[in-house]
Amino acid sequence: MSKVGQPEKMIIDGKRIDGRSFEEFRPITAEVGVLKRAEGSAIFKFGDTYALAAVYGPRTMHPKHMQNPQKAILRCRYSMAPFSTNERIRPGVSRRSVEISKVLNEALSNVVFFEDYPKTGIDVFVEILQADASTRCAGLNAASLALTEAGIPIRDLISSCSVGKVDNQIVLDVGGNEDQFGDVDMATATIGSEDKFVLLQMDGIITKEEFPILIELARKGCTEVYERQKNALKEKYKTGEIDVES
Amino acid sequence: MDKEVKSEILVKERQLVIPGETLARGLDYLPSSGCYRVNNELKSKLLGLVKLKDRFIGIIPLAGVYIPKTGDGIIGLVEDMQTTIWIVDINSPYDAILPLGEAVGEYVDLNRTDISIYYDIGDLIYAKVLNVSKSKQVQLTMNDHRARKLIGGRVLTITPSKVPRLIGKQGSMIELIKNKTKCQIIVGQNGVVWIKGEQEGLAAKAILTIENESHISGLTDKITAMLEKGE
Amino acid sequence: MLKASENYVRKLIEEGMRIDERKFEQFREIKIETDVIKKAEGSARVLLGNTHVLVGVKMSVNEPFPDTPDEGVLIVNAELVPVASPTFDPGPPDKDSIELARVVDRGIRESKCIDLEKLCIEDGKKVWNVNIDIHVLDHDGNLIDASALGAMAALTKTRIPRYEDEKIVFGEYQGKIPLKDTPIAVTITKISNKLLVDANLEEENALDARITIATNENGDLCAIQKGGVGFFTTEELKKAADLSIEKGKELRALIK
Repeated sequence: MSKVGQPEKMIIDGKRIDGRSFEEFRPITAEVGVLKRAEGSAIFKFGDTYALAAVYGPRTMHPKHMQNPQKAILRCRYSMAPFSTNERIRPGVSRRSVEISKVLNEALSNVVFFEDYPKTGIDVFVEILQADASTRCAGLNAASLALTEAGIPIRDLISSCSVGKVDNQIVLDVGGNEDQFGDVDMATATIGSEDKFVLLQMDGIITKEEFPILIELARKGCTEVYERQKNALKEKYKTGEIDVES
Repeated sequence: MDKEVKSEILVKERQLVIPGETLARGLDYLPSSGCYRVNNELKSKLLGLVKLKDRFIGIIPLAGVYIPKTGDGIIGLVEDMQTTIWIVDINSPYDAILPLGEAVGEYVDLNRTDISIYYDIGDLIYAKVLNVSKSKQVQLTMNDHRARKLIGGRVLTITPSKVPRLIGKQGSMIELIKNKTKCQIIVGQNGVVWIKGEQEGLAAKAILTIENESHISGLTDKITAMLEKGE
Repeated sequence: MLKASENYVRKLIEEGMRIDERKFEQFREIKIETDVIKKAEGSARVLLGNTHVLVGVKMSVNEPFPDTPDEGVLIVNAELVPVASPTFDPGPPDKDSIELARVVDRGIRESKCIDLEKLCIEDGKKVWNVNIDIHVLDHDGNLIDASALGAMAALTKTRIPRYEDEKIVFGEYQGKIPLKDTPIAVTITKISNKLLVDANLEEENALDARITIATNENGDLCAIQKGGVGFFTTEELKKAADLSIEKGKELRALIK
């Protein structure tokens, strides 16, 4: 059952369709503080997938009856720009974006210290500016950085990546073609480099034996992403020598 | 059987750390603000600079909103009022109220007087935080020698955690700016700064430089040079 | 029945017990009835403990998707109707009902259990749409497994109506919907670092995290969705996979 436009082979001579090896990421870019208005913001790219995240808050929560007297409330919105894909996406909310907003919120909620800001709201907005698969992963990475930059206290960063199966080969960081014509696409995220999965969704068929292999590769990938995120933060705030005066 | 973990500190004063970074091991070190303990390790909750004091390790955040504390001197904007209170925006997710009794010394006949004659919507005031309840209800008072309405001048906001840097050791940094620009400058703990005087623009520029480069060394020299040049 | 508090549920589980005295790997009593709605092309009612779900399958004819011009279309929708729980509000689908529909959809779609190629009427122009609608009538936890089971049970009895002169002739049929597999979703809930299946409502309110794994007849995993705030370690994920394959077999036997 092949789809329109499906290439005959996705793996040629031990390399993937875009020339990558099986455990290789697309070029990653992570940059913090890209927007002036938001309390925190960041951009995260996996190859041609661009995600922008902005954080507003903690701020007064409206409507008042939705406030939690003991904790901050996290609101997450994932959205794709109309020009982000080949076929234009109608602006507005879709069922898919509602689901993704929910899983991103659940992932981030593992690390935010909600009790530090009772009655407030923290808003995280993720905009996918260009989509070439693994958008929720890029979005989550950007959101983590944005929360940090905004000064929201968190236990650690959330690091996310995708793994999949293409022509029976297990691969890291599923790209656009691989998502469309591959067999398996699994989005994952961990708390920093720890063995704690806070996001896990899979489409496709895998055997019981393949599952732990995918998970282990995902963990490796998330750890690599974590290093990139940390570098982005330290890059922005290079301090030079320690200033003794305070 | 508890394994005795040797206490060791892993960071230096003013080192830049990120959330999740381990600051110390063992139980000898205690968390101050901005840190949390997990098992035997002290970790940072924030992106910020390490502050060490005796056995306490704290983090000065590079960003973050103002959380009101009793005793703070703040600058706020009157945004609304009811019969006997003013509601004040104090640059925080929490609004503050200034009760009539804390603002006016004399007797007020509420039947004849509209309290806007004292403070009106849009007025800028320097006030003290009288009390912050557990549920984050903030009460202000004008019962302080520094408290007053601030007229004219201009206002800008900086990250609240950078206020100490702006003020400097024993007020040295802020005095430097005041003298060189011939301005009155009042700095609220909530990050709101009021400037009034001859070279307000230059003062503002110096303050914003401190805001953006508070974590970089050599700042004092840079500010001094900037103010000498006068532009 | 007195509502058990979160802390009480957790304490019990830490001591190896559940509030209704089930074992951690034990499902509640399951009753499945099919062909309960005559007007639907397929239907099933599932009672999982006190959770009550009704699933209807309606067939319609529409254009195919551009990248699969010779395949039928699967659409899954879920309604958490207000009768089911004091927490369900009337109105457009909210994030919980959307997630429910999409998770059930994932298991059915990724397992390729419906032979969609056989649902093509005219290549590129007309295909059968399989509309699966989940109606949750009573919520006592584990809506996902109950709904997925109901959807699969309904599909096994779904018949394709006759299509004549560009019109569907409701009430007359041309055979059953072509099925190649029987995917079963099993949701594993983590509470106080223990894993259990078929959480009831009180257990769901106390959960750390949950993971739904759909498996096919071959024992392969065809869809995974982690839900709830907490996290899973690699060990827990492996255990969850084993559990879902084992329980999947048991549940599959109820509808085959």
